[in-house]
Amino acid sequence: MYVAIFLALMIGTAVTVAVAFFDFGYMNNVIMLAIAVTKALLVILFFMHVRWSTRLTWVVAGAGFFWLLILFSLTMADYMSRGWIAGTLR
Amino acid sequence: MSDSYSEAPTAGGMPGRVAIQPPGNPHDGHSHPHHPKLQHHFDDMAQQAEASTLGMWVFLVTEIMFFGGLFMAYLLYRWANPMGFQEASSHLNVWLGAFNTAVLIFSSLTMAMAVRAAQTSAPAKSQVMWLVGTMILGAVFLGVKVVEYADKFKHHTVPGPNFVWEGQYPAAAEIFYSIYFCMTGLHALHMIIGIGIMLWITWMAARRQFDSSYYTPVEVAGLYWHFVDIVWIFLFPLLYLIGRHYGGH
Repeated sequence: MYVAIFLALMIGTAVTVAVAFFDFGYMNNVIMLAIAVTKALLVILFFMHVRWSTRLTWVVAGAGFFWLLILFSLTMADYMSRGWIAGTLR
Repeated sequence: MSDSYSEAPTAGGMPGRVAIQPPGNPHDGHSHPHHPKLQHHFDDMAQQAEASTLGMWVFLVTEIMFFGGLFMAYLLYRWANPMGFQEASSHLNVWLGAFNTAVLIFSSLTMAMAVRAAQTSAPAKSQVMWLVGTMILGAVFLGVKVVEYADKFKHHTVPGPNFVWEGQYPAAAEIFYSIYFCMTGLHALHMIIGIGIMLWITWMAARRQFDSSYYTPVEVAGLYWHFVDIVWIFLFPLLYLIGRHYGGH
């Protein structure tokens, strides 16, 4: 089973490299990140055994990535909304 | 695969659990009331393993935030300089990056096999073999990284007074390469520490410390190794691949 996960990760790597040579506009980023997230999930669930771990481990691991999303979204919400109201830029 | 897990102690920490374990190691000769590796503040081996795994995950959450700050910097500066980042990225060698990605994924497989070998009480020889394989692959990754870094010094794409950029966006390119060196450098440092941990684990495995009743150190070292792999899974496309379709050099 580990070998199957390994092969899936290798195929994901090949696909993400292949896709990068074509211009799909902003979709390049979406495809690239979707593949990376899928690969990370495969590693976390199977290689890191979270699939067979207790609920507590699920919550701790999930909370880490959830907090990361809070970091990204609140910071970008700040930077992207600067200048929306006249005179508040910088 | 899954049947070995149903045997594995994973539901630790339940109150009212029977505290006394049968002797884990039949080669002991005399019967202990509990496993020699069981520390006194745990009820049983399952609880001890669960506590160690959970503790490692808490550490990995701090690592997520550690690398997360750098990913945040990448996101913000790329948002501010989208074209400059694409131009800068197109100068990285995508094939070396892809090769290193494959090497790290392969090392995650050998690491998972090392944990499995310990978990299934495989002979120390095969545990050591998987761990040494993991270390060799980690060393190959770092070797390729040395070649890549040397190339950047040669072509003056290292941020600082000697930074030279012929393209359209020299300022953004310097920011990109600052982030590149911070992130890949921190990642490489984690790889070096990881190989150090593996040396220690290999030494323990060679001394027949691990079997199905006690393999937590291999498991926890594996969690660290796989985490470092995950960081690279994100670094590779975000650093190497964003400029490919943009007049790739």
